[in-house]
Amino acid sequence: MSATTTFVILSIIKSVAVIFVLLTAVAYSVWLERKVSARIQNRWGPTRVGPFGLLQPLADGIKFIFKEDLMLPHVYKPLYIAAPIIAVLFSITSIAVIPFGNSLDIPAFHIGSWTVGPISTPFQVAADSAGDINIGLLIILGITSMGVYGVALAGWASNSKYSLLGGLRASAQMVSYEIALGISLIPIMIKSESFSLRAIVDAQRHLQWNIVYVPFGTIAFFVYLISAYAETNRTPFDLPEAESELVAGYHTEYSAMKFAMFFMAEYANMVTVACLATLLFFGGWLGPVFGPSWLQILLPVFWFCLKVFFFMFLYVWVRWTLPRFRYDQLMAFGWKVLLPMAIANLVVTALYEALKA
Amino acid sequence: MLHLPLFLIFGLICVAGAINLLVQKHPINSALSLVVVMASLAVEYLLLGAEFVAAVQVIVYAGAVMVLFVFTIMLLNAGEEEHTKGSRVALLLGVPGIAIGGVLVSWTVLRHSNTAPVPIGALPGPPKDVALLLFHDFLLPFEITSVLILIAIMGAVVLASRPEAIVRRLRRGEPAQKAQKPEKRELAVVGKER
Repeated sequence: MSATTTFVILSIIKSVAVIFVLLTAVAYSVWLERKVSARIQNRWGPTRVGPFGLLQPLADGIKFIFKEDLMLPHVYKPLYIAAPIIAVLFSITSIAVIPFGNSLDIPAFHIGSWTVGPISTPFQVAADSAGDINIGLLIILGITSMGVYGVALAGWASNSKYSLLGGLRASAQMVSYEIALGISLIPIMIKSESFSLRAIVDAQRHLQWNIVYVPFGTIAFFVYLISAYAETNRTPFDLPEAESELVAGYHTEYSAMKFAMFFMAEYANMVTVACLATLLFFGGWLGPVFGPSWLQILLPVFWFCLKVFFFMFLYVWVRWTLPRFRYDQLMAFGWKVLLPMAIANLVVTALYEALKA
Repeated sequence: MLHLPLFLIFGLICVAGAINLLVQKHPINSALSLVVVMASLAVEYLLLGAEFVAAVQVIVYAGAVMVLFVFTIMLLNAGEEEHTKGSRVALLLGVPGIAIGGVLVSWTVLRHSNTAPVPIGALPGPPKDVALLLFHDFLLPFEITSVLILIAIMGAVVLASRPEAIVRRLRRGEPAQKAQKPEKRELAVVGKER
């Protein structure tokens, strides 16, 4: 097989595998959310479908597909249909540039008369010939900043006051916190001298994780974590869908699969943000590696997934522990606390790194 | 090998988006066409090998500036535009202007037609090269531009800030406007004229 054919086939396999894992993770984080929230409130959560309610996401998915897809008469149709697609598209796309392990190296083997391999490919869907993307972090920031359109347009196109208010709140909040989020990441870029996610992880070898890069990395991590909650519209920043005020916010007028798409987008965004936190602050796939060669390839992926799971759990934990902000508090906190903190951290880090060099 | 077809396709998308921007009657459709223009421009930069500029284009223009456009349109609840039939001044000045511009562009292109095309990737693409250009070779223009933007920000702050009298009245706990009959606002008919 020629190099191009191998590349294309490998890319397709990787895309399918990663999307399958991502969507499964999305479905099961909903299950996790329901289970953990139930435990926090001293309930059982889903128990009926399968052991521990494990088949509940499957049942929910089937339910969403077979529900009637209402097309309301008063909506602006093109954007009403496009909004959930935009939301889900951008939330899934960003996973393409996230590296989740070193590289997969398989020596040549035979299937019947076929000789396959040797295969060597990075654990990353989109990568150049060197197995890396030198602006990976910027691509993720760009894609997540485009994700606002889904929410904003859904709110506008639904032509209902709750939706419009939810959409307005969401876009204002996401634009505001995106600035703090972006600036909080710059100290990490300065330290690792790269935008490449692989280079950033490689700079954290020997337990030099950025979270223990005291105090700069630690401050950056907390600013990032808080703005990431706001970016994904999760409690305590879930003002866009505050059910006691806005029914359900921007997706009030959506039903069936279109509603499910917003749900998927929210959880896929959570996964992306958790992946980014893992890569930038918790050493990505770095961890103890031992055993036979196949284990040495798979262990880094396992460590990566474990760290991402930790962040997903943290998300759920925070959501069911903290109450919601008031809207003016939310804006004041973003602009008057987080942003100055991020900028100060950036300036001090830049000075420190410049003097150290 | 795939670069040239992709470049042409996205160029066409870009131009189509720009035309659609002018043709569409509803401001939100125009704003979204502008997003398409910005995004396809980013792809063009990427295909030319300027990956950093492409990423910044998406983050700043498509992701931030245009979101604010859409936000404003949503906030003001702007309805459909009414197009006029066109003005005579535009016709008298615009058509010769387009002709002169077209002639200038094609003259420049034809004059330089023998020079070798720039191969893809020869332009400064990686962030390091761009940074060297910005903070070393073109430091002065860069700083002057930032001062220009600072002036714009200060202007916006001045325009948005409330006059002293109103601030003083607010501190005393009085309403900002002197007591008038409350305006009749029809909050319930959000987007009725759409």
